[in-house]
Amino acid sequence: MTIRRALLRTMLVVAFCAAAFLPGVRHAAAESVLRVVMHSDLKILDPVWTTAYITRNHGYMIYDTLFAMNEQQEPQPQMVEKWEVSADKLTYTFTLRDGLKWQDGAPVTSEDCIASIKRWGARDSMGQKLMASVASFATVDTKTFKLILKEPYGLVLLSLAKPSSNVPFIMPKRVAETSPSEQISDTTGSGPFIFKRDEWKPGEKAVYIKNPNYKPRSEKPSWASGGKVVNVDRVEWLAIPDAQTAVNALIAGEIDMVEDPSLDLLPVLRSDANVDFFDYNTLGNQFVFRFNWTQPPFDKQKIRQAAFAAFNQEDFLQAVIGDPKFYKQCAALFICGTTFATEKGTSPYFHSDFALSKKLLQEGGYDGTPILLMHSTDLQVLTNLAPVAKSLLERGGFKVNMVDMDWQSLVARRAKKVPVSEGGWNAFMTSWVAADILNPVSASFLAANCDAANIGWPCDTEMENLRSAFAHETDVAKQKEIAEKVQLRALEVGTHVWVGQWYKPLAYRKDKVSGWVASPAPLFWGVTKR
Amino acid sequence: MFTFIAQRLISAVPVLATVAVVVFLMLRLTPGDPAAVIAGETATAEQVAEIRNKLGLDQPIVQQFFIWAGRGLKGDFGESFFFKKPVSELISQRIEPTLSLTLVTIVLAVLIAVPLGVLAAQHAGSLLDRCLMGFSVIGFSVPVFVIGYLLIYIFAIKINVLPVQGYRRIGENFGDWAIHLVLPSLTLAVIYVALIARMTRASVIEVLTEDYIRTARAKGLTRRVILIRHALKNAAIPIVTVIGLGIALLIGGVVVTESVYNIPGLGRLTVDAVLARDYPVIQAIILLFSFAYVLINLLIDLAYSFFDPRIRY
Repeated sequence: MTIRRALLRTMLVVAFCAAAFLPGVRHAAAESVLRVVMHSDLKILDPVWTTAYITRNHGYMIYDTLFAMNEQQEPQPQMVEKWEVSADKLTYTFTLRDGLKWQDGAPVTSEDCIASIKRWGARDSMGQKLMASVASFATVDTKTFKLILKEPYGLVLLSLAKPSSNVPFIMPKRVAETSPSEQISDTTGSGPFIFKRDEWKPGEKAVYIKNPNYKPRSEKPSWASGGKVVNVDRVEWLAIPDAQTAVNALIAGEIDMVEDPSLDLLPVLRSDANVDFFDYNTLGNQFVFRFNWTQPPFDKQKIRQAAFAAFNQEDFLQAVIGDPKFYKQCAALFICGTTFATEKGTSPYFHSDFALSKKLLQEGGYDGTPILLMHSTDLQVLTNLAPVAKSLLERGGFKVNMVDMDWQSLVARRAKKVPVSEGGWNAFMTSWVAADILNPVSASFLAANCDAANIGWPCDTEMENLRSAFAHETDVAKQKEIAEKVQLRALEVGTHVWVGQWYKPLAYRKDKVSGWVASPAPLFWGVTKR
Repeated sequence: MFTFIAQRLISAVPVLATVAVVVFLMLRLTPGDPAAVIAGETATAEQVAEIRNKLGLDQPIVQQFFIWAGRGLKGDFGESFFFKKPVSELISQRIEPTLSLTLVTIVLAVLIAVPLGVLAAQHAGSLLDRCLMGFSVIGFSVPVFVIGYLLIYIFAIKINVLPVQGYRRIGENFGDWAIHLVLPSLTLAVIYVALIARMTRASVIEVLTEDYIRTARAKGLTRRVILIRHALKNAAIPIVTVIGLGIALLIGGVVVTESVYNIPGLGRLTVDAVLARDYPVIQAIILLFSFAYVLINLLIDLAYSFFDPRIRY
């Protein structure tokens, strides 16, 4: 009896150990699978309903766009084969490419496109501006439709080629007819990948497979334009929230790419011979200090200017990014190196002139009331911003009450327009993807239409007039002149302070993966896995 | 016995009701707005208000509570604000990883700790005893994430025999399931080995001084039989209590280990839900944890009567 028990026990232990230490039966690598860790878990599937970047990236996987921007930030036809504008610049006629199909095999039609533009135009700030100038749409045939304007509008193609949130993705008519205030539930797309909803496990993984019905363009890919040639059978977005674990998994070869490696861990990755970096978002991102115009003391222009005078970009960039390879001081509001970038009017600023700051505070009648600066403590790339702002503002004569909170609490609090004593706020810091702020219309922190403006609620008729003039101007040279005026106005009235550009490359296994395409969003066509 | 079980289960109802009310109110009092989180960076105040309306968050709290509680009584805990999936589906996807990790950890801890505790008790005061107790102090003191990263560095990166992260369903491949649990369970087991070994040692030392042990020795029973049949069985009650509480703690508290090893369990779901202010998910998980605590305490009580037949309910 005792021997039998001992034997049984031994067998159980051996069985467990065998199961635990012998590698499981691996599936034959019949298909090429790209396993990547994105910057966040995919939570929401509607890229028109939310501006979350992870949902935008999901949109690029499964949807296509009528136009897309190339590396030179020029709109290029994508689903559109040809397009023309009438002589009076009021009618745009678009003809779709041959062979465009939804993942279920049904053809993409003009009606799908019109319904999609309408839904996007109801939610996106740039889309709303466009739709305000649209008189009607007209279907010519299944592949051709017209967009008819009330007045000439200079941003029609730039709007339809908008590269970042919200991107005007084309959805089937039945899906696009969902109310803009509700999320879609059908993920049918005509893009290069198909979303495997049955394999989507929030907090674990999202799965995409190659769309056999997708017909890529023949041009080379450039940002989100050109040929979207898919070279892998399957892409798995794994949710690994711990930065160290993601890096360990990349080093061990369990995953192929980390979109957003922690800056602290870049040296660890750099020391691994199999890992390389790719700076996909070449325009980078911009840090921003946002004022609340509705609450004192930032309800006064002079005091906003005083904050401008107290700041310099180097301190912020050093504190947050550290390595100069990954940041750039840039006085231009619309991102250095892009069409509307200019440094005009910026010379008095961005070098911490504390004497000027104190002088402006005096002129503005600052009474020493502490500024409530919200400090986000849980997002690595934002954590060090507010302490730098506090230090510079204090040296410039301000009193600052910095309040620590997690990002979601900050997001909730910043929506409150009430006085600080009732749970309101004076300022916070955030970061924008550069592609979101390339012109005066898409940069939503420039909107100055008071209560209808973005969080912070700037109120300035002249700024709104300039933005409107920019939108209706069809000549690029004149648009540049207006963009310059917008920047001067932003410096004068102080919508927000831009405190530097920063970059972060994705990290990938160079022994396994190649072919990344540069773009403001990480893209998966062109990528090959060995 | 059945009456006892029924009474204990019925007594869980007011506990769960109290937890439900407290959790519901606490969440509403916590700063943060799920609508603002969902709306995203560039949303206007109007868009946030619209989402709040869609989620029913603009209704009075009492009304929100009764709607939620009414549905909960029918087993419907609503839909996640973010994932637009039923909460029950999200939780059911996460139960298996957490239960697997919990059970393997506890089994591993018991298999290692109980013999070590008995050994230490048998040689109380010796060098072996001091070494084992010294180890248990280290086990208590080193944070779980440090042990985790250390094990990953050695076994997954340097020797490369075990995976860094991830979880495989037991139904997909038993070998893959087991291999992915080795490092996480070892990491978690360290603290429980320390705890259970100390408890076993103390209990066994106490029992070894009892008269019936002397009688057993006088009867000529072997040391092994005395230790296992007489000493350990009588020392089992505090050990079982520690093991039971360990299971309860593991079910709700393996957040760090789940994060370090990227295991999509209930701990991570809880953290994600809290960070995103996903109220329906948080409420359902906390109720589930409360129920698990009640159930485990009941099982511990029932186990007492198994080890000590004098205890009757």
